Order: sequence, then structure tokens, then C-alpha cells
Amino acid sequence: MAFITANWNPLGEAFYRKTELYEMCWNLKDGLRDSLVAAAPYGGPIALLREPLRRSPSSRPQLEIYSASGVSIASFPWKSGPVVQLGWTVSDELLCIQEDGSVLIYDLFGSFKRHFSMGQEVMHSQVLEAKVFHSPYGTGVAIVTASSRFTLATNIDDLKLRRLPEVPGLQGKPTSWVVLSQDRQTKVLMSNGPELYILDNTSCTAVVPPGLSPQAGSIAHMSVSFSYKYLALFTDTGHMWTGLSHLQEKLSEVDTKKTTPPKQMVWCRRPRSQQPSVVLMWDRLLMVVGASQDTIQFKQLTPQVLIDRLVYRQFYPLAIEVCRYLKIPDYQGVSRVLKHWASCKVQQKDLSDEAIARAVCVKVGDSPGVSYSDIAAKAYECGRTELAIKLLDSEARSGEQVPLLLKMKRSQLALSKAVESGDTDLVYTVVTYLKNEMNRGDFFMTLRNQPVALSLYRQFCKLQEQETLKDLYNQDDDHQELANYYVTASYREKRLDSRLSLLQSAVDEYNKAKNEFSAKATEEEMRLLRIQRKLDERKGAGLLGLSLQATMEALLALGLHKQAEQLYRDFRVPDKRFWWLKLKSLAEKEEWEELEKFSRSKKSPIGYLAFVEICMKSNNKHEAKKYVSKVTPEQRVKAHLAVGDLEGAADAAIERKSDSELAAVLARCPASDRQLLDRLNRAAATAAKK
Amino acid sequence: MAHSARTDCPELPDFFLLKRLARDQLIYLLEQLPGKKDLFIEADLMSPLDRIANVSTLKQHEVDKLYKVEYKPIVSTSDQLCFLIRPRIPTVKWICDVANADKAAGRFRRYKIIFTPQKFYACDAVLEEQGIIGDVTTDEWSFYLLPLDDDIISLELPEFFRDNFLAGDQRWVRTAGSALHLLHSLYGPFSKVYGIGRCSKMAYESWREQVEEGEQKARQAEIGKVFLIDRDVDFVTPLCSQVVYEGLVDDIFKIKCACVEFGPDVTSSDKSIKVMLNSQDRVFNEIRNEHFSNVFGFLSQKARNLQTSYDKRRGMDIKQMKTFVSEELKGLKQEHRLLSLHIGACESIMKKKTKQDFQELLKTEHSLLEGFEIRESISYIEEHINRQVSMIESLRLLCLLSITENGLLPKDYRSLKAQYLQSYGVDHLLTFANLRQLGLLVEQQPGETLTVMESTVGKLVNDRTAGKLSDAFSSLAKKSNFRALSRKLNLVPKSDEEYDLRVPRDMAYIFSGAYVPLSCKLIEQVLERDGWTGLEEVTRLLNGHEFAVTGSTGADSKAKNDAQRIILVMFLGGCTFSEISALRFLGRERGCKFIVVTTAITNSSRLLEALLDNLV
Repeated sequence: MAFITANWNPLGEAFYRKTELYEMCWNLKDGLRDSLVAAAPYGGPIALLREPLRRSPSSRPQLEIYSASGVSIASFPWKSGPVVQLGWTVSDELLCIQEDGSVLIYDLFGSFKRHFSMGQEVMHSQVLEAKVFHSPYGTGVAIVTASSRFTLATNIDDLKLRRLPEVPGLQGKPTSWVVLSQDRQTKVLMSNGPELYILDNTSCTAVVPPGLSPQAGSIAHMSVSFSYKYLALFTDTGHMWTGLSHLQEKLSEVDTKKTTPPKQMVWCRRPRSQQPSVVLMWDRLLMVVGASQDTIQFKQLTPQVLIDRLVYRQFYPLAIEVCRYLKIPDYQGVSRVLKHWASCKVQQKDLSDEAIARAVCVKVGDSPGVSYSDIAAKAYECGRTELAIKLLDSEARSGEQVPLLLKMKRSQLALSKAVESGDTDLVYTVVTYLKNEMNRGDFFMTLRNQPVALSLYRQFCKLQEQETLKDLYNQDDDHQELANYYVTASYREKRLDSRLSLLQSAVDEYNKAKNEFSAKATEEEMRLLRIQRKLDERKGAGLLGLSLQATMEALLALGLHKQAEQLYRDFRVPDKRFWWLKLKSLAEKEEWEELEKFSRSKKSPIGYLAFVEICMKSNNKHEAKKYVSKVTPEQRVKAHLAVGDLEGAADAAIERKSDSELAAVLARCPASDRQLLDRLNRAAATAAKK
Repeated sequence: MAHSARTDCPELPDFFLLKRLARDQLIYLLEQLPGKKDLFIEADLMSPLDRIANVSTLKQHEVDKLYKVEYKPIVSTSDQLCFLIRPRIPTVKWICDVANADKAAGRFRRYKIIFTPQKFYACDAVLEEQGIIGDVTTDEWSFYLLPLDDDIISLELPEFFRDNFLAGDQRWVRTAGSALHLLHSLYGPFSKVYGIGRCSKMAYESWREQVEEGEQKARQAEIGKVFLIDRDVDFVTPLCSQVVYEGLVDDIFKIKCACVEFGPDVTSSDKSIKVMLNSQDRVFNEIRNEHFSNVFGFLSQKARNLQTSYDKRRGMDIKQMKTFVSEELKGLKQEHRLLSLHIGACESIMKKKTKQDFQELLKTEHSLLEGFEIRESISYIEEHINRQVSMIESLRLLCLLSITENGLLPKDYRSLKAQYLQSYGVDHLLTFANLRQLGLLVEQQPGETLTVMESTVGKLVNDRTAGKLSDAFSSLAKKSNFRALSRKLNLVPKSDEEYDLRVPRDMAYIFSGAYVPLSCKLIEQVLERDGWTGLEEVTRLLNGHEFAVTGSTGADSKAKNDAQRIILVMFLGGCTFSEISALRFLGRERGCKFIVVTTAITNSSRLLEALLDNLV
């Protein structure tokens, strides 16, 4: 057995040893020289592009993707433009940032997924340097161009390009720079000679790291920790400053006595103390510098991320096992794996639609959080419409099926699914879509079979397209609604002739609908309108548009009794209503003599209590009393009470021996009138005995 | 007052949280348009908004000037305009006009539309059609629920009723589902959900869907049970004259967002005063649920007590006086002020309502509910029209007659309708068409055809495809069956017994002992039976669509806590203050508490005005 401490070497007061975890299986002839390299965090894949700037079409550079242990996953010749930077997203997608500002995205198996551009202005002035960074918002890209301008996108999945403000005095690329994610903002920290600047959306601010010795010189290199909490700066005099990245606190400053900037400088944790430290690497020297601070824990590699990584590598069974082992809730764990599996499955070209649909349904079942419509959308994306429709059948929420059905031009089906979902807004979306897509006849026919959609569209038309409404009713031979439509339209019409012709149309339709009542009422309205016009012309009465009742009222108010009575006869107004009307009108004008004449013109169909009350309403007790005697016995008590004649009321009530009437009089009788009270009480007692 | 209240009623959950959530979201949305901006607010959002964020809060978030949406050209000089509106097409169109007018004048401004509680696709369609979709940004303020009081929450969506029940436009159903979802996630999980009505069922389903989509957090429930009810299950109750104080105040003075404006006749000054009517008002809180006949007596007693409290001042030494002034006087003064307002209101109501006319009106209503002396009632209604008492009131009586009698005889229907049209204009033909469609005012069909149609429709209604019935068809199915329901559920107590309104013995006190509101009776019965078992005949008469579902968390044994005695009742299409009073009474009797969630507070005139289609 070998001596146990044999492979330990001293380093200051501590000892270290080197152990090989695993051997890289790759076979790199030229090492990593002249290559762009990007390794995904947490032992993710490694991408390699040799001689990225080689421009001759005859010898294209090769893009290679390896696993963390060097197993080749993909390799293909790079046919696109010169690449300045490679990087990995949080979901293991490879970003290739080209000199012209376009960014190409590949999955870890090397298949091209999509591309985007970092903006128009970049095209004209090449990308000098680029960085890929990660934040809680996703993966971002930052570039600096030959015209010394920075552009960045915080999340490439929700692309919003931001061009940062100009940096005073900067020509070409800066000496060094990093991207910071602080206070929900993405910023760039950069040095240009002795100056240090923070760039955010709107401003470029000069900053000074606290406690950095004045003789320390210009900043030649910088590095920020994974959590964006710590910052390390290396100056051209060999000083290394560490501190918090918002530049408000210094942690340490060390003179490394090395004046050449390191090739690489990164943050790490020292194994035993868990203390954040900076590792600097020169050609033949590695240096670890501690920054005295409390423990920092990186908790970035959550089980979620782990499962995603297994899924991206298509290790589905393993991923499911891990989910079960870690007891991750289904919708975060197994369901996510299944969703990804299914999206992959529908792309299998060698299987029939039937087989795939069956396989997906069997495996996915009704796992929570797996949307069949998402899987179907994937199938449609790969050109398998029939498969997509089959998969949609398994989607329980009908609303979810609609957008894809529309996309696949299955609009009728989309409409019924939308109606089934009960989401009116969705129905409306489909209706509008259909309206633009179909010819009018077909569109109406489709709606006819979907009452919910139809009533919704009607509502819209009522507010937006009156004419369409008419067409709708016409097509359905809905005469009743058509008639109502004409009535509505007539009231919007100012000119009398047009109004009359609309009403005539309404009459015709009501007749077709066998609605005689409404037809007659509408005809009467036309007749009334004509009479009103005539009266307006002759007497300037301002009657047009009033109801029959209001017309008569207005005529009476103007003293045009003859004309009012003509209407009363012509339109067969019930006697009672006319009497009430005339009664009120005369009382309002205080034409008491006329009123009396009227009361004698024939036997009042509304009785005479009305006369009593109406006079009292005008505070004319004198006139009111004239009618008390004419009131029927049943109403006599009320009449006496109305004019305030208690004695009379009492007499009438006693005579009628009605206990309710006696009670009514009693209630009004003042306590001071003992005599009357006694009389009433006696009568009430006798009435009660009976 | 005289109520023998049970003392074990559970405490209500605190709904202040709803206001805070709404406020925070609004502020967030306003900050999405940084810088000074003018804010245009839809007229009927003014009061609800005022309950959430006052003017100074808005100003803090850089709102410069506030305007009411008036569908006129605007005068704002601001470079940024923000519109806070309901998702209504006419309003969106007006905004398009504003933006297009700016364009024509070569004026550049930023526009932001905040739709509340949600945006509809139709709004986008209008923006697109008018060519300004690229010029505006839109947002949604999910302000679904406005707590009006400790136990009343309103969606403040009066149009829900007409859109859903008359126009067959179900766009608000999801809104109701979302409102329920919000309550569920804050105060749930609900262990039991009951309901009746097509819209209720759809709202329930929309809510379930949203629950399934979201994450569920285990929490202690504060609300245990939920009852959903469609307004068209019971049209009788909202058509009756209200005689309980709060309802009466609403009928006469119109309560808006729990606030009423008392005019000079009440305040006995030349000014109008706006008063908040809720449980914070101690005087109001004691009389709101009382039958009006008791209110005046109570108030005068209260006035005497107040006088006694004031009188305590006599014979106090300086120290006592100091304590009195600092501790009691303010409260007494406040109470004094409220007392005199309510006494004023009472006097004003008495002037209007204790007259012979009102008594006769109530008598007619009671006859209709009981089904006695129908000919007399018809004459009364005819006279009501002849005397031109009130356009809406006449219509209300006609509807009440039709529902209680299962439609009018053709002869009566035609003659009353003709009288009405001659009085108030032929354009009311459209109003009558609406009322017919809703089953509120119909003509009896000759016996034979009806039964055939009825059985066909009846079968279809039970079928799952019921939703696809055309309007005309379903209106035939809308037979009210009130008389049969009234017998089954004992809605009309025997009239020969004295009913002491000071000591209510059942919910009928709400209507002077003449009628137990159908809606509330259904709630009582279902809660008592824990479902619809035994009510099969009733649900058949109501056209079905009933459901009772036990929640997924209903199984846990701890659920037998106070929360199970907190019952949320959601009225889709509006509820009246009388119904709320009835439920409060029921709660006191049963040792539970009801929270009423409604799409809006309604009463007979609001309900009917929503169905008018006269255009003049």
C-alpha cells in the first residue's frame, strides 16, 4: 500500500492533492488553441468551434458538441458567417453569436432551432465582443460593436433589444467589461483606461471602486460571481480588488506582483472554508485569492434544472425515476418529462399517426399539467395535421383546442369547440375569424347552427353593423325580429317620410310574422305621426313623436279640446283613461267651471272620488266639496276624509257600519274631540258584535 | 332590536384585502405609463374607483387631471392619456375617435386603455378596425370585487343582467367565474358548492377550470359553503315593493355603491348630503333590516336615549366634563347627525309611502302573491295605467301579474298592452318583446299547444344540448309556475294569522308577512338538506340546472369549524336589499352568516329599466 499522504503537496500552510475524476474521452489534436469554447454550467455540454474566423469557403470550421466528459454528441461544418462567441442558455441551447450580430440557436444535438438579430445598426458595424449571461429572467446576450456601442437582450426568449448610451471617449472595444444583473436591471460595468463606468438603460455613470488605492492603476480585467454579488478587478499594476458588485463595499485588496493581466479570472468557493475566492490563471501560474466574507451558497442547480438537463438529453426514463425518487410534485416533475417526451415522439417520422397518437395517449393519460394542445401544436409544426387533430381529441379543455384548429383552418370545428368551452371571448375570436374567411352566405349558415355564437354576433352588430343585422334576420326569415329592427331604425330616423316608410316595412314584417297586434299598433303609430304633422303645421303644437296620451295631454294644455277629443274617438281610447286625463288637465289649469261642466257631461266612468282628490291636490277644498255628495257610498268615507270633513266621514262610516272604515276615521280623529270619539267607538263596538 | 339573535354566529372574514389588492394593481398599472397623464374614467366606474383609490392616491402616481368619459371630443392638453373603462364597444369606439382626431390634427400622444375587470376580444377588434391598435397599449385591471359592506360584495356589473339573460351573451360568465376564483383562493377552499340556473352552472364550471389550471395552496378555509343562483330563477322577489328600511331607501333614494344622496327634503336644509350606508353607521345598522313600520318608533326611542346621554353633562365637575368631551361627545354628535338624517329620511318616506295609494298598491301585490281577487288586481293595474302613475311601476305590476298567474289571458294581455302603448309610446313594442323573451310578461297560450310544446321543451331542457336551444324556443319553457312553487315551498303564509312585524318569525317579515322570498327559501331548504334531495318537484318547476358538489378538500375532518357556517351566496344578475335582509335574518336564526356576492344591487326599477327598449 502506498504511503497515504504521498500525493499531497504543500501550499503555504495548507496541503492539496490532485485527483482525476474522469478522463476526457475526446481526442483533440491541437488542444483548444485558436478555438472558441463554451461549457454549459454544472457539467453541461461543451461546444467547440475551431478557427471561427477562417473565412475561406473551401475549408469550413467544424462545430463540435461534447458531453462534459468529452463524448462527442454532434459535429458538423459551420456554414454560416464568422462567429465571435459561443454560449449556452439555461435550457441547454447553444448560442452562436456572429460578427454581423445575428445569433443562431442550436439544441444540444446540433439541430438548428431558430435565429434572431441583435439589431440593424450592428449589421453595419460588426460585433467586436459578445457575452452570454444568465439571470433570473433567463439567458441574455450582450455585445459591443466596432462603433463602441453596447446592445443587450436580457432574455432571448422574450427578445427586447436595448441599446445602451454612448460611453464618452471610448474607441473600439473597452479594456474589459462584465454584465451585471442588479435590482431587476441589467447593466454593463466597463473600463476604458483609468476610467470605470456603469451603463444602464438611460445613463453612463463614472464610478470608483471604494478603497482602491490611487496608485493601483487602470483596470485591465474584471470578473463577477455567478450570483452577481461579488466583483473582482485586476489592475495593470497587479493589484486585485474584490468587493460587492454594487461597488459600495470593498472586501480585500491584494498586490499579486504580476503586471500582466491573467488569461482567466473567475470566482469560486474554496472547498473547506466555503469562502468565496478568486482564481487567477496565467500561462504557467494559478493563484487563489480569498475574499474574507461570509459563506455564500449557490443554489442554482435545483432538482428542476437537473431534470430539465436529463430531459434535454432525452434520458426520459431516468428523468422520471429521478422525479419519483425526489418526490417532485407531478406537474413540476413527471408531467414535464412526459410533455417533452411527447413533443419529441410526434416528430418520429417512421411511425403512423395512429400509432403515435395511441402511444402518446397511453403514456400521458391525464397527467396534470400536460396539455394535449401543446403536443398537437408540435405535431402540426412538423407538418402532421391529421396527427394534430387526433391529439386534440384528447384535450379535455375545449377552449385550448381552438387556436390550433383555427391555425389548421378547421374553423367550423373551432367554432363548436369554442362554444363548448363557454368562453364567450373565444367564441367571438372565432366568429371574427370566420367572418373574414368565409363568404357571407356560408358565414351566416355556420352561425345558424350555433345559437350562442349567433346571439353574440347579433350583439356586436347591434352596436357596430346595423345593416348586417338586417341581413341576418332576412336570411333566417325571422319576420318578428326584422319588424322590431325596422321599428328601432325608425326611431333613429329624423325625417318623417323615411320614418314612415320604415314603419311601413315593420307593419309588413309583423303581418308576415302573423303578429296582428303589433302590426295594428304600428299602423296606428303611423296614423298618429301623420296627424301630429298636420297639427304641428297648422297649430305649431310641437307634437311629433309624442305618444298618443302625451299628444292628447299637450292638446288639452293648449286648449285644443276638439282636436284632443277627435283623437280620443279616432284611436278608441278607453273612456276611463280619457276622463282621468281631462280631469287632471283641467285641474292643473284651474278651469273649475269647465271641470264642473265636464263632470256633468255624462256619468263619470271613473267615479267622483277622483274629482274630489284632484281638487284637493290643487288645494281647492271649495271645489272638492262639490263632488263629495256624488261619490258612491263605498267611497263616501274616503271622500269626506279627503276634504277633511271628520263629522261627515263619521256619519258615513256609522251609517255603513263598516269596522275598517270606522277605524280609518278613528285614526284621524283628534283626541280632543271626545264627543266624536265616543260616537265612533260605540259604533265600532256594535259593528264588532255583529 | 327585538330579534332573538343567536350568540354563536361566526365572525365574517375580512374583505379589506380585496380592496388592497385592487388598489395595488391599479397603481402598478398606472406606473406602467410613467410621467404625467390625464385619466379618463368611465362614468359608472367613478364610485367604485372612489372606494378603492381616492384622488390624492391617483395624483401621487402622476395622474394630472381626471375626466369622466362623456363621449365628446376631449380638451386635455396632456401628452399622455389613460382610459379606465369597462370593456364596452361604444367606449372603445369613442377612444378611437379621440385618437383619430389627434392624428388628423397632427398631434402626438401616448394612449393607454385599462379595461376592467377584463378585456374582450371585441374591443381589440374595434381598435383594429378603427386603425389605432398600434397607437394604444392595453392592460387589464382585474378589479372583480368591490366590498360594499361587511357582508356585501358587488361586481358592479349591472349590464350582466341584460347581456346574459336577455341578449344570450355569456361574456360575463367567465368574469363571474374569475370573481369566485379570487374569493376561493383568498378565503377558500370551499367544501361545498350548490347552485341553480344555467348561468350559475357555467360560472361554476369556469371557476373549476381556473382552479385546475392554477396551483393549489393548502390553507385554513374562511368560507365553507357557496350557493350560486341565477336571477331568472326568481323574478317575483325583485319585482315586489320593498318595505324593509334599506330596500325602501334604495327604492326611493337610490343607493349607489353603498352611498345615498339625501336631498333637501330629508336634510331639512338647502343642501343635499351624501351618506355612506353600511354597518359603520351605527344608527343605520340597527334599522336597516327592520320592517318600515318599526323604524320610526325605534328612531324616536333612540333620540330620547341620546338626549339622556347629553343630559349627563348636568352636574358634572370640570374633570368629568373633560372626560365627557374628549371621550363621549364626538360619538354622541356623530350619532346625533346620523339620527337626524335617518329621521329625515323616514319622514320623507312616510310622506310618500304611508298614503292610501301605497297601501292599496301593497294590497294588490299581496293579492297577486296569494292568487286572490285577480280581477280586482287587474282593474287596479288598468287604473294605474289610466292615471299615468308611472311608466315603470305599471310595467312592474303587469309583470308581477303575469309571473304569478303564469301569463295573462289573451284578452287582458292585448287590452293592457294597447293601453300601455298608447300611453307611453309604440316603441315599447320592443320592451314588450324583451319582457316576453324573458318570460316576465307573456300571453297565455291556448291549453292544447302549450302542453305539447312544454313536454318537448321539457325533454330538451334536461338534455345536455339545452344550451343550444334558440331563444324563441326557450322562452316557451320559461313558465314561471309560481303558484305551484308557492304551494310546494309554502311561500305565502296563511293570511288569517296576525303577523307581528316587530317579532319576525320567518323571512316573510321582509314583505310584511305576506311572502317568503323564493330565492332565499331555496337557499334555506338546500342548506338544510345539504343538497337538492327532496326538492325534485321544485327543481322541475324551476326548469332544472341545479347542482350540489362536494369540494376536493371537503373530506378533511377539521372542516367542521366556523368556516362551515359562513355561506357565500352569489346572485348572478343582481339581488335586492330585501333578499340580503332576509338572509341576515336566516343567519341569525340558524347561527350562521351569509356573505352576499352579486353582479349588482338591483330593485324593481333597475331590473325593468334594463329591459326597456324605448328609444325616445
